[in-house]
Amino acid sequence: MQPAGRASESTRASGEKAAAQAQRRQGMLLASPGALYLLIFFVAPLALISVYSFATRTSTGRTSLSGWNIESYRAIGDDVILGIIGRSAWLATLTTALCLAVGYPFAYYLATRPRHVRAILLVLVMIPFWTNGLVRVFAIRFLLGSNGPASALSESLGFGTFRILFTPTAVTIGMVYSFLTLMVLPLYVALERMDWSLTEAARDLYASGSRAFWKVTLPLTKSGIVAGSVLVFVPSFGSYVVPDILGGAKTLLIGSYIARQFRDARNYPLGAALSVLLIVAMLVAVALNQRSGSGAEGGDRPRRRRRGRARTEPEPAAVS
Amino acid sequence: MSGNVETGLGPRTRRLLAGWAWVVFAFLYVPIAVLVVFSFNASSRVNIWGGFSFQWYGEALNNEVITSAIRVSLIVAAVSTAVSVVLGTAVALALDRYRFKGRRALDGTIYLPIVIPDITMAVMLLVFFAEAFKLIDTFGPRFTLGISTIALSHIAFNISFVCVVVRARLDQFDRTLEEAARDLYATGWQTFRRVTLPLIMPGIAAGGLLALTLSLDDVVISAFVAGPGSTTLPVYVFSSIRRGVTPELNAISTLMLTASITLVLGALALQRRRASASQQTQVL
Repeated sequence: MQPAGRASESTRASGEKAAAQAQRRQGMLLASPGALYLLIFFVAPLALISVYSFATRTSTGRTSLSGWNIESYRAIGDDVILGIIGRSAWLATLTTALCLAVGYPFAYYLATRPRHVRAILLVLVMIPFWTNGLVRVFAIRFLLGSNGPASALSESLGFGTFRILFTPTAVTIGMVYSFLTLMVLPLYVALERMDWSLTEAARDLYASGSRAFWKVTLPLTKSGIVAGSVLVFVPSFGSYVVPDILGGAKTLLIGSYIARQFRDARNYPLGAALSVLLIVAMLVAVALNQRSGSGAEGGDRPRRRRRGRARTEPEPAAVS
Repeated sequence: MSGNVETGLGPRTRRLLAGWAWVVFAFLYVPIAVLVVFSFNASSRVNIWGGFSFQWYGEALNNEVITSAIRVSLIVAAVSTAVSVVLGTAVALALDRYRFKGRRALDGTIYLPIVIPDITMAVMLLVFFAEAFKLIDTFGPRFTLGISTIALSHIAFNISFVCVVVRARLDQFDRTLEEAARDLYATGWQTFRRVTLPLIMPGIAAGGLLALTLSLDDVVISAFVAGPGSTTLPVYVFSSIRRGVTPELNAISTLMLTASITLVLGALALQRRRASASQQTQVL
C-alpha cells in the first residue's frame, strides 16, 4: 500500500517522482468506484433538482424545462409559504431549546458517574437512539392518541380525555423524543472531558455553586452545546415523518410541504426551489458549527501525517 | 462515594440531578414499553387490555403484504450494506492516505448525503429516476421504480456513513505497523491483507452495522423511490399509521424494535470483544 517506500531504494529524485505518480494513480483507482457512484446517484440528482427549481410548471402539472425563470423562488415570498417556513423554524428552535434544557442536566448526571456506571448508562441512552425511528414516533402516536393508553389513564383518574394529538405540542414532544439523544451525546462528551478541578478552584475562591456553574462549567462545555444544538436543529427543521404522523393540518411544516409538491400538488419547480433552500440552510448551519468548533479539520491533518510518511512527500498545496 | 467525580455540587442539587436523570430515562423508555405491552393485547380495541395473546403477531405474519415488505426490506438492507461497505471503505482509504486529483472535491461531497435532510434527498432521487427512465426508455428497455431503485438510493447515502466511520478508525491508525511489515519484506498486498485490514476491521464492521441499521430504518427516501408492489416494511408501517392505529401495527413495530435492539446489542458486544482483545495485545 506504500509505493513510496519501495521506489526510493533506487535513484532518489526520479524514484520519488515516479512513486508520487504511482501513488496518485493508486489513490484515484481506489476512490473512483465510490466517487463515480456518488457522482451518478447523488451529485447528478442534486444538480437536477437545482435545474428543476428554475423550470416552469405547465397547466397540466408537468414540468417544462424550456424557458428558465426564478418564479419558484419568487413564490417562496408568498405569505403562506413564509408562514410554513416560520413555523418550521419556530418548532425547530423550540425543540432545540427543550432538548438542551432536558439534556444538559441529564448529560451532567451521566458524565459525573463513576466510570463503570457511566458505561452502562451510556448503553441505556444508546439503545433507544439506535432503535427504529419510525417505530418510536409511532409509539408516541399510540401513547397520545385520543383512545390510547395515556388518555385512558387520565380518564380513569377523572381528568377526562385529552386531545393533544395533531397539535404543535404533539409534534414538539415527538421531535424532542426523536432527537434528544443527538443533544445528549455531544454534551456528554464535553462534560466528560471537563476538568472539574477548575470548578473546585472557583468554589475555593468563594464562588457559590450556581456561580461556579454559570461562570466555569457552562462556558467550558460551550462546544458541546453548539454541536448538540446544530445536530438537533437540522433534522427538526427538515423533519417530515414526525409532523406527518403527529401533526395535523395546522402543523404543516416545510418537509411535508415539499413532499406535497411532489405528490399531490405536482408543482415540482416549487418543491425543488424549497429543497434547494433547505439544503443551503442546512449547509450554512453545519458550516457555522464547524467554524465555532475550533476548526478540528485543519488542525488535525499535520498531526496525522507526521508518522510513517517520507519527509519528502509533496506539500498538499503542490498537488491539489 | 468512591470513584465519583467531584463536581462541587451540594447534596440537594445532586439528588435533583439523579431524579431528573431517571425521569429522562422514563421518557425514553415508557412509550416503547407501552407499545410492546399492547402488542400482546388480546382485545382488538387498542386502549383496553383484554388479556395476553400472540394473535396479532400471527395475523401480521400471515398478511401477504407484510411478509413481502419484510422480504424487500431484508434484500435491500443486505445489498446496500454489502455494496456500500466495499465502496465506502475504498473511498475512506483513498482519502486517508493518497493525494490525487479531485481529492478535495470528493472529501467535501462525501459528507453531503449525511447533512442534507431525508426529504430533499428523497425528492432529488425521485426526480433523478424519473428523468433517467425517460432517457433509458428512448433506447428500448422499460424500467420502473421498485426494489432496485430503493437499493440504489440506500447505497447512495450508506457509502458516506461507512466512509466516515472507517475514516475515524484510520485516524487512530499506527502507520509504523505497516512500515514494520514492509521492512520485513511483505509486499504491498500482504501488508494490506495481514496488517491494515485486520486493524481497520472494527471500523468496517461498525460502518456495516450502521449501514444495515440505516437501511432498515429509512422510510422517507424509500417511500419516494418505491414502486407499486415493492414497499419496504417501514414504508408499509408509515402508510398504515396514516390510516389509523391497529393492534397489528403494534405487533410489527415490536418486531422491528426487537430487530434493531438485537443489532445494537450485537454491535456493542462485538465492540467489547474487540476492545478487550486490543487491550491484551497492547499488554503483550
